[in-house]
Amino acid sequence: MQKIGVFVCWCGSNIAATVDVKAVANAMRSEPGVVYSTDYQYMCSENGQNLIKDAIRDYKLDGVVVCSCSPRMHEATFRKTALSAGLNPYMVEIANIREQCSWIHKDMEEGTQKAMVLARAAIAKVKKNAPLTAGTTPVTKRALVIGGGIAGIQTALDVADAGYEVDIVEKSPTIGGRMAQLDKTFPTLDCSACILTPKMVEANQHENIHLITYAELENVSGFVGNFTARIKKKARYVDETKCTGCGICTEKCPSRKGLNAFNMGLNTRGAVYIPFAQAIPNVAVIDTENCLHFKTGKCGICQKNCSAGAINFEQKEEILERKYGAIIVATGFRPIDASAFDEYAYTQSKDVVTSLELERLMNAAGPTGGVLLRPSDGEHPKEIVFIQCVGSRCSKDAAKGKEYCSKICCMYTAKHAMLIREKYPDTNVHVFYIDVRTPGKNFDEFYRRAAEQYGVDYIKGMVGKVSVEGKKLHVQGSDLISNEQVHIDADLVVLATAIEPDPTARSIGTMLTASMDTNDFFTEAHPKLRPVESPTAGIFLSGVCQGPKDIPETVAQAGAAASKVIGLLSKKELVGNPCVAHANELLCNGCSQCEKVCPYGAITYEDKEVRGPEFRGTKRIAVVNEAICQGCGACTVTCPSTAMDLKGFSNNQIMEEVDAICR
Amino acid sequence: MSDKITKEEILRICNVQPKKCMKCGKCSGTCPAYDEMDYHPHQFVYMVEHGQIEKLMASQSIYKCLSCFACLERCPRNVEPAKLIEAVRLAVIRQQGKNHMTENDVPALLDEELPQQAIVSSMRKYKK
Ligand SMILES: Cc1cc2nc3c(=O)[nH]c(=O)nc-3n(C[C@H](O)[C@H](O)[C@H](O)COP(=O)(O)OP(=O)(O)OC[C@H]3O[C@@H](n4cnc5c(N)ncnc54)[C@H](O)[C@@H]3O)c2cc1C
Ligand code: SF4
Ligand code: SF4
Ligand code: SF4
Ligand code: SF4
Repeated sequence: MQKIGVFVCWCGSNIAATVDVKAVANAMRSEPGVVYSTDYQYMCSENGQNLIKDAIRDYKLDGVVVCSCSPRMHEATFRKTALSAGLNPYMVEIANIREQCSWIHKDMEEGTQKAMVLARAAIAKVKKNAPLTAGTTPVTKRALVIGGGIAGIQTALDVADAGYEVDIVEKSPTIGGRMAQLDKTFPTLDCSACILTPKMVEANQHENIHLITYAELENVSGFVGNFTARIKKKARYVDETKCTGCGICTEKCPSRKGLNAFNMGLNTRGAVYIPFAQAIPNVAVIDTENCLHFKTGKCGICQKNCSAGAINFEQKEEILERKYGAIIVATGFRPIDASAFDEYAYTQSKDVVTSLELERLMNAAGPTGGVLLRPSDGEHPKEIVFIQCVGSRCSKDAAKGKEYCSKICCMYTAKHAMLIREKYPDTNVHVFYIDVRTPGKNFDEFYRRAAEQYGVDYIKGMVGKVSVEGKKLHVQGSDLISNEQVHIDADLVVLATAIEPDPTARSIGTMLTASMDTNDFFTEAHPKLRPVESPTAGIFLSGVCQGPKDIPETVAQAGAAASKVIGLLSKKELVGNPCVAHANELLCNGCSQCEKVCPYGAITYEDKEVRGPEFRGTKRIAVVNEAICQGCGACTVTCPSTAMDLKGFSNNQIMEEVDAICR
Repeated sequence: MSDKITKEEILRICNVQPKKCMKCGKCSGTCPAYDEMDYHPHQFVYMVEHGQIEKLMASQSIYKCLSCFACLERCPRNVEPAKLIEAVRLAVIRQQGKNHMTENDVPALLDEELPQQAIVSSMRKYKK
């Protein structure tokens, strides 16, 4: 006969207000196998845990049932309690009488009855529990950062400084991300390149950081501590070890049609190009779509002019395969396509630009050398209208746009407006806004400075439409304070377009089995308490890939992610989860169904010598890699021969629970 | 039919949810008939929500709205103010003897600038 102890928690009044805890404890005392049953105010407190420990020792318990909150909350706590009293931690079961009972019932009688049923089910299950021991796996002391924006750079620097090797995989030819495209940055108005470039250089020179630029992640397998990644390094057609970044190739290249992506397509560049002066690595790349050599087989002017002999039209893409202990996602964002909002005439006039385009129009290294000129005719705009929330804050059922607030645009528009008014005091600046959202340190002060000191005209209301009228842009909007419709003949209209995750985020999420929200932002393990970890073990989140953020927040999150990564990499080994699947050799017929459903790729097959009453000989059977299996149970319910079973949640245990509930 | 039309009746006619409005003013920013209206599209949304139906039923706006649906098309929260205005207009003309005009008045009002949509909706509205 087993000796089971039952411990009913009040959870203050959380449980005790709707469940008669004493009645539950009393009733369980007469259940077969139960030798001890009691109740206590807070089972998770030190006193509560001591109560359990004492009972385990005094009554020589071999099974424990705690009737309390969800196992997600305190299963780990009570398992540790059992362990410290000498009981195998997997001999503990939780009956969730809070989330599944007291919180959803109003009636004490009903609540109490249900709590008893749940407790009986847990008792029935614990009787079939077997002691389990978790295995351990080693940790590869190397981290992979996906995305080389400020988020990825900062995380890499912090992890590398702690003494671990880090690879940054960046899809574009240079690291730097969006921040490299910005002119000045709020709230201090320091030049973006001046604060970013030193970090890019540091990442490049750090002995522990390895930049893999112009590269894509092809595939990731494995699990926390032991990931294997296949990385495709695209052909640059320029030898990285030879190129000195002198830029003579770009100068000589006769093809000038390629749109300069760094300048948001506002000007063109050579088919062989270096994205921008501070690019890292400072190595050219050939855009094969515009290169005459790739299109016609002729030309080769760059090759003739490169004194370093770096141009190599025969270069092939490379596949690298590397092992990592941790992976950090830092894939960032892009602005949404503004052409969906054509009431603002984005596709009809060059003088309707997005805010990121404006950053380039104001930047000294931009297409206009930092002089603000209209893209259409190169004239100075004298009347500028900013439209906020373009594509942000739309309802779910609206035809277009995102539901969330993009968070950064109120501040960057205040920045743009202020910079323009400072440099061109004769230019009028109007900002149409719904709300000005400035909840950051020194943020509201910044916005007020724009309005009060720089005379930026903030109009509460939205623009309904922009129409092109000759050289002017007729802006029609509403001013909700004066209750009037306003009409402004503008020279330039700037759209504060919503931001969205990088389009590759979804495929990266699938590759890593890292969960995402409906907007394709990566989801954190807990919105408050675990904000920089993905629910998938070993995957960490840094920067805008997790949600809209400005640079200070991005850097803070990048550092937080790094500290979590360092915590993981510094471990000698990882303790696994013993509740894993296992195939019964006698029943398994190697049908391959389980392999197909396993989301973690934990199942393989092998030919094995089997000796059973019905079958003797060699047959193909499923083998579960216990280090990879996450215990999700998909295979157990799929297996047509009931061969697959989950330790700690066996079919037998579940049926016992069901029987106890139906009794 | 009783004289007092309630907010609930208006909402039943048009199935609009005024609470979805975030008070951005884009509808009024877009409206071509704005200057002829005493109450503007965003005010319809607000006033219906706050039960001020009588004021709206007495307003000139319901005859000035062109049913061009620009506000409905562009509202970021899919509130559909045009349907609300239409509902108030219907609430008025559904009352016995409350027709704003008869179909005989229409030809005199026709001009080249008038959108066809407005003529169609006027026939729809004023015919018995
Ligand atoms: C117009 C505008 C003005 C702004 N002004 C300011 C300001 O003044 N102050 C401020 O604090 N913030 C400002 N911001 C916000 C700032 O740009 C962001 O906070 C910051 O860039 C976020 O960095 P990140 O590294 O998360 O993302 P990103 O900068 O987007 O970097 C992501 C990187 O990952 C790479 N990548 C993406 N997918 C993959 C993949 N699958 N594989 C490999 N690499 C990949 C990208 O190529 C990119 O290099 C502004 C933003 C905009 C749009
Ligand atoms: S940050 Fe400001 S402009 Fe951007 S979506 Fe939010 S409220 Fe609109
Ligand atoms: S329990 Fe889930 S993770 Fe484990 S082998 Fe089965 S399907 Fe794969
Ligand atoms: S456009 Fe829509 S959300 Fe904005 S004020 Fe009008 S009804 Fe409200
Ligand atoms: S439907 Fe009526 S209220 Fe709406 S924009 Fe057109 S005229 Fe204005």
